[in-house]
Amino acid sequence: MKKLISLLVSAALAVTSVFALAGCSGTKGSGNEASNFKVGAIYINSQNDTAGYTYAHHHGITEAMKKVGLDPAKDLYIVDNVPEDDEKVKQAIDQLAGNGCNIIFGISFGYLNAMDEKAKEYPDIIFSHATGYLSNDKNFNNYFGRIYQARYLAGIAAGYKSLALGNNNIGYVSAWGTEYAETCSGINAFAMGCMAVNPDANVNVYEIYTWGDQEKERQAAELLIDTYGCCVIAQHCDSAQPQIVANEKGVYGCGYNSDMTKEAPNAHLAAPVWNWDAYYATAMKAAMTNPATFMTEVGNYYEGLNAGLVDVSALSANCEPETKEAVEIAKKMMVNGEWDVFSGVKLSFSGAAGSVTVTKADADLLKDDGSVIVAAGGASVDDGVIQGSMDYYVKGVTQVNK
Amino acid sequence: MLDVFTLFLFNIIVYNIPLLYGTTGEIMIEKSGSLNLGVEGTMAIGAVVGYLAGAKTDSLLVAVLVSFIASGLVGLLFAFLTVTLQANQNVTGLTITTFGVAFYYFIGNALSNSAGGWPALNGTKLDAQSQALHIPLLSDIPFAGKAIFSHGILVYLGIIIAVLMWFYFKKTVPGLKLRAIGENPGAADSLGVNVAMYKYTHIIIGSGIMGIGGLYMGLNMGGTFEGSNCWINGYGWISIALVIFANWSPAKALLGTLVFGFFNTLRVQNAALAYAFPNALGWLLKIPSHFFSALPFIITLIVLIISSLSSKGRSGEPQAIGRNYYREDR
Repeated sequence: MKKLISLLVSAALAVTSVFALAGCSGTKGSGNEASNFKVGAIYINSQNDTAGYTYAHHHGITEAMKKVGLDPAKDLYIVDNVPEDDEKVKQAIDQLAGNGCNIIFGISFGYLNAMDEKAKEYPDIIFSHATGYLSNDKNFNNYFGRIYQARYLAGIAAGYKSLALGNNNIGYVSAWGTEYAETCSGINAFAMGCMAVNPDANVNVYEIYTWGDQEKERQAAELLIDTYGCCVIAQHCDSAQPQIVANEKGVYGCGYNSDMTKEAPNAHLAAPVWNWDAYYATAMKAAMTNPATFMTEVGNYYEGLNAGLVDVSALSANCEPETKEAVEIAKKMMVNGEWDVFSGVKLSFSGAAGSVTVTKADADLLKDDGSVIVAAGGASVDDGVIQGSMDYYVKGVTQVNK
Repeated sequence: MLDVFTLFLFNIIVYNIPLLYGTTGEIMIEKSGSLNLGVEGTMAIGAVVGYLAGAKTDSLLVAVLVSFIASGLVGLLFAFLTVTLQANQNVTGLTITTFGVAFYYFIGNALSNSAGGWPALNGTKLDAQSQALHIPLLSDIPFAGKAIFSHGILVYLGIIIAVLMWFYFKKTVPGLKLRAIGENPGAADSLGVNVAMYKYTHIIIGSGIMGIGGLYMGLNMGGTFEGSNCWINGYGWISIALVIFANWSPAKALLGTLVFGFFNTLRVQNAALAYAFPNALGWLLKIPSHFFSALPFIITLIVLIISSLSSKGRSGEPQAIGRNYYREDR
């Protein structure tokens, strides 16, 4: 009898924990036939997250569905907490295919092989994969954004702050360094934004070697402030810890993914943010209209400020007065395609608030070792960035740990 | 600004004291002959429940008491399953870890999605009460004052608990009886010691201590809830290894915490040390960061191997650990 009770209690514990972990994983909706079009999504973390990467995508998908006239409560099928493991991803795809999804979004890099394979098995379903590089010409695309454009704008805010404080040291807590184009292009763009305002700015990068570890993020920010004397802390990592530390230590910061002014009210300047609904609405509309032409209508999607896919969060009251005008000028130049970050043309901002002006000058874009990436006046290497070939820092960036 | 050396010593203590709570709590449980692998989950539950209670009442005292009680209840569950129902201790512990961490996310996510949102720590009285204390004279000593004598009250509480526990095991009659149960529950039982009562009490108190460690981690992280990154972050597991490292002695647990903490901090600060002292420590930069990341665990592994090889290294290990005591089997 005792054995039986202990078994039952253990089983009850195990079952409840599975449910809690998965955040009531599985599928939402009742499979109601009110609408024919069904959207499937595979998430790396929980659909119930309230911030971070999965949250940004989930929010984007639900917003986009409302925009195109779908009901997220009925037409969205989710498998969440799916690790980057081919077998698990394939199971998730089979499940969503069984639910009758017409388009399946996979948000994490490591889903690429499974999605590539399953795209052949289910030719009638559109597969759409974020941050990867595999695709085919019938039903499998990938999508990503020019987040570095938003980072340049955050860099402008940081640059003005460092100028006002008379401190050229700016810190950057980064998940990875030159291993990923995603991280180093962000660091480079941010640094170039800083230097467009404060030519002497130096960006000190601390690499934490993981996408998310609150404690390491926290300690990295402490070091950058205490040891390297940084006055602004930017970040490319999951939690808000670097901003919280900046707030505690009385310096400033630029968050990522969401407006972190809430977490760091006295420190936060502005954060580069994603508006994924811009892409999801485009993709859903195209797939609803005619799935056969999806790859010609949408294809591989790499937009930026122009499509509203990326942006910088509302500038907080901690920003210097000149920031707003300078950010608007730079943003406009990128939106209308007049200028892009990684080109042979350098912007510099000058003038007091109310009369901020920008000057464009042809200049070599230099690596940190002094070699030339783009000769003065040359075109942007932006496609190289988005497709993952950038693996260097620009001049003005120093990685403090290796 | 802090100089790099002070920050280094300061961080060894600030970031690793939760290990001391986890380790001393686990030592207390293991001394009663039970092996509880649920440290991670127990800490997570103490952390989230204690933090929320503290935020609601804006009081550190309430936070500490509630985290102790919440984790104590988890201990009660473990004791009920393993002592009364004789369930397998390993499986029960693992279940508690899975349950506890999931409970943490469940509560955190539910609250973050609710109208009121997750309560913030910044600027509250709870925040102020958990900040570093200024101890007259001691805190003003250059260098050591900041590194050792400028911590929050929970840091000192952890050390006091370790010392008291050492005293309790070594110098008191109940401590002696407890050790007897861990070594040979049958013998202790025949001498009239209430084995079940001792096991229950110490499992509950040990679990409660772990919970305070979890609360400490949450407060140290600024009290923010992250949807996919738990405050405890593996410290519960490291605590279990540190129990062996410390040879089941609460005093040595303090030493083990500092040694592990040294390497744990070096993992983050190696480059800063090299930057601040280019001549003396510049060579640190030549070693890849990944080596430093692995170092705390390599050291733990080496210590575990050495202590397993020597008979003296495990002399503190209770003989009856991991085996349920069933009187009729005697």
